[in-house]
Amino acid sequence: MQAGGLTATELFCRRGDRFLFGALSLRAAPGAALHLVGPNGTGKTSLLRLLAGLLRPTPPSGAIVWQGTCGYLDGRPALDEHLPLGEALAFWTKLDHAAAVPLERLGLARLNDIPVRFLSTGQRKRAGLARLIGQGADHWLLDEPLNGLDSDGAGLVESLIAKKRAAGGVVLVASHQPLALPGAQILDLRDFPPSPSGKGRGWGLDAGMDPPPQPLATGKGLG
Amino acid sequence: MSTFLTLLRRDCAQLLLGGRRGGALLPVLFFLAVAMLYPFAVGPDAPLLAKTGGGVIWVAALLAAILPLDRLIEPDLELGLFDQWALRGISEELVVTVRVLAHWLSFGPPLMLAALPASALVGIDGEQLRLIELGLLAGTPGLAALGVLVAAITAGLRGGAALSGLLVIPLAVPLLVFGAGSLSAGGEAGLALTGAVSLALLAITPFAAGSAIRSGRG
Repeated sequence: MQAGGLTATELFCRRGDRFLFGALSLRAAPGAALHLVGPNGTGKTSLLRLLAGLLRPTPPSGAIVWQGTCGYLDGRPALDEHLPLGEALAFWTKLDHAAAVPLERLGLARLNDIPVRFLSTGQRKRAGLARLIGQGADHWLLDEPLNGLDSDGAGLVESLIAKKRAAGGVVLVASHQPLALPGAQILDLRDFPPSPSGKGRGWGLDAGMDPPPQPLATGKGLG
Repeated sequence: MSTFLTLLRRDCAQLLLGGRRGGALLPVLFFLAVAMLYPFAVGPDAPLLAKTGGGVIWVAALLAAILPLDRLIEPDLELGLFDQWALRGISEELVVTVRVLAHWLSFGPPLMLAALPASALVGIDGEQLRLIELGLLAGTPGLAALGVLVAAITAGLRGGAALSGLLVIPLAVPLLVFGAGSLSAGGEAGLALTGAVSLALLAITPFAAGSAIRSGRG
């Protein structure tokens, strides 16, 4: 186990009656980035939610060990719709004991008094990023962070990710859009098919922790 | 502790001041409307109204408590707030406890106030009114807990709002029986039993609603 990173062993995932992936092991050192790819429905979001602790792994999964806290961003900004953006964000900064997020950098400066329900898709995404930054988590899990963002916004996300990695954070991104992640490992979930028996056990189980089915991120970035 | 207060302030702003649809005013107006309609329906028979009015007030209170159910848990679940709380290590149990408190504040005390004009409308005397107020004080926390519990169980289901109303009614029968029963002769024991049912519901709700929300995540 490496300090400051993520170790996940032998994860299996089943949603309803469908096995999505199996025997997936991950190791990410501080500063590493991992780009999850795969067609719709292969379990990218499920993997991110598993790693965030929002879904329970399907037995016989191993453990997920994070060194540090992690933040999660998906399509929902998790901000109160009827509140002005500034107030909606203030709720989270108070909960996180964080300083107010500089909205100028995210291109949200003029939207401080606008209720969240009037924001556009891209503006919501930026607002979600503001919440994520305010959380000050050590690691980030981003589910389609570029959805709805313009090219400026995409560049912004890339620079934010680079900054997070430079600070020693692990960043996992599930994205269909091309995203500049220097030195990132690509993880295709099709490489981790569920076991043919349908029981979730068997495929690649004896592979253990090393080597993982695909050489994953190790020691990129600073950290 | 500061987490508790931050959550409570948000919940109160949402439920009490009507951040979403109506706030605390809607159940109170509904409650008063029922109390006002009842004499119209029964006719100007003062002794009959006074005799049955207490029960009607209890039924009206129960129905008024059902109105805000669909905005108790579901919107926060949809917006992803529960996921974000879970990531920060804020347990569903704590969130639900805060929500029960805020929900009670938004309809318990207002209903107790509204019971004053409602009692006047059906011609209830001072002693009966005292029992109604005490009964509501003992019973509304249980109704609040039950509302949050059922809202958590039905959150995310299609037609959850209608279903939660139907689920609350049978579960609230003990509160109604003891609460309205306390209005008849020798009813002090009814008050105590109303309080007991309330306490049981308050004790169960955080854990039951918390695990309902967690398992709803899949």
